[in-house]
Amino acid sequence: MEKLKKKIGSFSFWNWVIASIIFRLILIYFPKNLNLSSRPEVSTPLTSFRRLAEGYWLKQSSMSSYAGSMYHGSPLLLSLLGPLTVKRIEGQPNHLLYSLVSVIADVVSAMLIRATGQNLRLAYLRSLESLDLVKQIDVSEFLFSGDIAALIYLCNPFTIVACVGLSTSPIENMAVILCLYGACSRLIPLAAFGWVIATHLSLYPAILIIPVIFLLGCGPDSPPRKLFLQRHQQKEVLNQLKLPPGFSWGPIIHFAFWAFLWSVYVLVLCGISLKQFGGLWEMFKSTYGFILTVEDLSPNIGVLWYFFAEVFEFFRNFFLIVFHVNILFMILPLSIRLRHRPCYLAFVYVAICSMLKSYPSVGDSALYLGLLGWFVNELADMQFSLFLFCGYVGVSLLSPVMHNLWIWRGTGNANFYFTTAMVYACLQIVLVVEGVSAVLNHDRKLRILITGKP
Amino acid sequence: MALLRRPLLLLLLIVTHQFLQFRIAFGSVNEEGLKQEEFYEELLLKPFPDRKLLTHFHFQSSAPPSTSNGHHHHLFPKAISQLVLKFQVKEMELSFTQGRWNYESWGGFDPIPSSNAKPPGVELWAVFGAPQHLIDALWKNLTHTLSGLFCASINFLESSTAYSAPEWSFPPASGKLRYGTLPREAVCTENLTPWLKLLPCRDKAGISMLLDRPSIYRGFYHSQRLHLISTGSGSEGMDPGIILEQTLTVVLQPDSQRASLAHASEKHIQPRWSLSSIFGKRISGRCVLAETSNVYFLLDRGLVAELEHIHKENVLISEKFWTNPSFELSAKPDRIFIEESRLLSKNASVLYKFEIEKYSESEPFDLGLFWKTPVVWLCQQAPLHASRFLMGSGNERGAIAISLKSTQSSEAFMGSNSNDERCELRVDVFQVVPWYVKVYFHSLQVFVDQQPKAVSDIIEKIHVSPSKDKVSPGVMELVLTLPCSVSSAVLTIEFDKGFLHIDEYPPDANQGFDIPSAIVSFPNFHARMVFLENDSLNKSPLLSKFQEKSPVMSYTEVLLVPLTTPDFSMPYNVITITCTVFALYFGSLLNALRRRVAEEERFLKDKAAKKMGRIPLLLTKLFAKLRGRHLEGPQAPPASSSFINSKSVLKVILIAGLAACWQYYFS
Repeated sequence: MEKLKKKIGSFSFWNWVIASIIFRLILIYFPKNLNLSSRPEVSTPLTSFRRLAEGYWLKQSSMSSYAGSMYHGSPLLLSLLGPLTVKRIEGQPNHLLYSLVSVIADVVSAMLIRATGQNLRLAYLRSLESLDLVKQIDVSEFLFSGDIAALIYLCNPFTIVACVGLSTSPIENMAVILCLYGACSRLIPLAAFGWVIATHLSLYPAILIIPVIFLLGCGPDSPPRKLFLQRHQQKEVLNQLKLPPGFSWGPIIHFAFWAFLWSVYVLVLCGISLKQFGGLWEMFKSTYGFILTVEDLSPNIGVLWYFFAEVFEFFRNFFLIVFHVNILFMILPLSIRLRHRPCYLAFVYVAICSMLKSYPSVGDSALYLGLLGWFVNELADMQFSLFLFCGYVGVSLLSPVMHNLWIWRGTGNANFYFTTAMVYACLQIVLVVEGVSAVLNHDRKLRILITGKP
Repeated sequence: MALLRRPLLLLLLIVTHQFLQFRIAFGSVNEEGLKQEEFYEELLLKPFPDRKLLTHFHFQSSAPPSTSNGHHHHLFPKAISQLVLKFQVKEMELSFTQGRWNYESWGGFDPIPSSNAKPPGVELWAVFGAPQHLIDALWKNLTHTLSGLFCASINFLESSTAYSAPEWSFPPASGKLRYGTLPREAVCTENLTPWLKLLPCRDKAGISMLLDRPSIYRGFYHSQRLHLISTGSGSEGMDPGIILEQTLTVVLQPDSQRASLAHASEKHIQPRWSLSSIFGKRISGRCVLAETSNVYFLLDRGLVAELEHIHKENVLISEKFWTNPSFELSAKPDRIFIEESRLLSKNASVLYKFEIEKYSESEPFDLGLFWKTPVVWLCQQAPLHASRFLMGSGNERGAIAISLKSTQSSEAFMGSNSNDERCELRVDVFQVVPWYVKVYFHSLQVFVDQQPKAVSDIIEKIHVSPSKDKVSPGVMELVLTLPCSVSSAVLTIEFDKGFLHIDEYPPDANQGFDIPSAIVSFPNFHARMVFLENDSLNKSPLLSKFQEKSPVMSYTEVLLVPLTTPDFSMPYNVITITCTVFALYFGSLLNALRRRVAEEERFLKDKAAKKMGRIPLLLTKLFAKLRGRHLEGPQAPPASSSFINSKSVLKVILIAGLAACWQYYFS
């Protein structure tokens, strides 16, 4: 019975995967990619395809790709993807090769999400078993969170739009997922590679080092360690084998070594490609510097552009610090409270970054919404899920309308668009807060099951 | 009126007399062999096919290189020589322009349009003799000085977003050139007055007397220009020699009221005009400080050809040339020059010279022209007519298109050049875009005769310096080689519109922003007029200027780009709302992490009680009290809500009482 269910499940899974790929290909063949590549929701100054092409053009005409303030991405990405921006195949859409790369990146990410999800599910079942809770919780009702997460990632309109809109976020997302996958399956060099590349591409994933350390140190998500101890106290049997392993420093040192190796490698490659023009300092200034100082005030789905377009010049630096520290402040409390669930911690970090980053795009939302699928079982009791779903749908419909009214028709003003950005930020806040409390409640529920106390 | 004018004239006579005496004195000083400072004044008049008249004033002062003259000048304006010395200016040109030169009907090939047709607003370029790293600082100081000197906001060119350093496409190309324009600068009489102050006679005597402000600013186009070249000093310690050239180009419409009143048939006849009818003044003698003081009347090639075609004979240079069957001049010219045309098949233009020296206050000079027969002709055009326009709609992105259309005259040129095995037309394009117009240089496309062409086929050389946000404008310099048979060529380039901080918007933000004119020049074609009888030409800077080989240049239109505006009234709202959202995030997330459910609390308390002694327990209880019994846990609130309510009511009353007391005490 179980096997049959699994078979049906996996069959429909592959159907969905193929359907989503075909859907992407159909969209690619639309003329001019439906102009998605110039939508503010898709292409931020960091992920824009046109800026990538401009950077490549500048590089080809023997200028620094950071000359002017067009390109702010990585020089490696330019060397890898740049040639695809000009290569054309007769009778095919202009950027077919580049689009295919994005589609492949999406599929690879989805497969990695699936593998990680299965890994997490197995680990979770194992820990339930060791807690002897298998009877109390109906394990057969447990969903295949890996499949669900992969399908959410693949079929999410945000992912599709980011992929067809030729932004570089599929690649950035893939690096993040690679890092988490490597850490979950204890492929330390892979995890280090993913982390270094993700940090190199978009800076914010740097904070993922904390969940990765927890993942490598104590293994994937499980109920709090205290519960195991309590359980054993109850049963008066101290079977050390059934206890989850404690924190081990070995893999972390290993990881640090590899991370160091990879970052040196990446920096050397960047240094070689930028040797003639300003070197690495130029790169840091126009990638990380550009991210941290919010120089470009063109509208996007975040709130910082309008804030910094309006705020008095005198306070600009103060607010820059405040907003960036907001991300950093939450790292410690979250990591204390969720240290037994490193993957969930990673999800929360990714969500917070995509909410507070200087140039957010729908590609970032696509990533955390995909990762959300890993925790369907834990988040089953989450509040406001319908409200959140409706909110996301509403905002993603209203935001383009408001943008059109403001920019193209001139009948609305900037406040209209800013309002939708504000609502979107609130929705993400509710999602994060409710998600965190739902997981904490889930742990409480497990403890109640163990201790038997109400 | 006449009675009133008498004493004025008398006064003027006395003044000029005194000047004359001074001049004699200077002359004696300069006998020693040093070259002396010189001043020339000239006026060129030229009829245009569309019933308009070009008046081109040309004043030239020059100071020779000298050791002693550095700080003391007789004729040369001190302000300019100080400026040249202080900022080490090698060459500089400043122009104030209102209106747009109509290249189609006023021509684009002569020396006048190619060096005097300027973009609207202010254009300033300067070449410095200083080392490269000092140039930007010198430029900034220069803009401020000029701004003070000419009562204009040239100081806005100080910011690095406003000026650029073209590499080679701008004609006096060198690495030490800086170029900046202010397309929106309004030009009016407060800019003309300081300009006139640089002339030795100001507008009190000589040709500059004609400069009647209302009639100048009533014109269709006027451009006042100041061009100076400092000739390198011969030896160390000597101040450089400076040649200062001031021109004022005005295109006026002679009053055609009388013509329309007289005859319906006269509508086709060019309007009659005279200096007094245009400017309301006459030239009563020359500026005594001037070396030469001449008025020229130019008939261009097309007009001469047409006149000769009508009369089948060379009437213009015959005996009674100034009253010929086509037109009549009210004054007898002193000399006639005929252009030495390179193309023998083409007709040459004719220049009439009038010397002001012969006229005096009692017999003022007034040149008039009366057309007898209708004439239709065309001015000579530049090989390609350049225009520029915007494409796209909305405030997010767009494209700039520069279109080059071949003109009638160019075909003739092509015909003459076609014996070359591969005829090519070279066109230089120089385009500056402000940083908020973010140009995608990779999107450059070329269409020749409506057919898209590979960029590398047409563009021989390209130099780009991309714009940096809030730091520098984007500069694009192109060399195009087009086939001679081309009838139209279009360059398009896409851009994104930037979003500015609210402080960066000008007061009228919704009017839009200007993209300065592009400069299109044709280095293979030279605007040049060489006149026969060269003997007297050395004395006329205007005619020697005509003889200089300068490439044909034309400016395109200024583009107006509307940019999106944020809500200017919102800063406080945006700051408070955004901060509220951030506080919501921070507070609620921290709360969710910190929250403990009832049994956890009790568990912790039990543990604490077991572990701790009496005093710590008391302490924890005290802390719990201080924290408003929060540690008792969420079970308490429903039970104690009434208690809390009564307590809070008490608190409120207490605070209100305190406030009342405070108020009472202080009042």
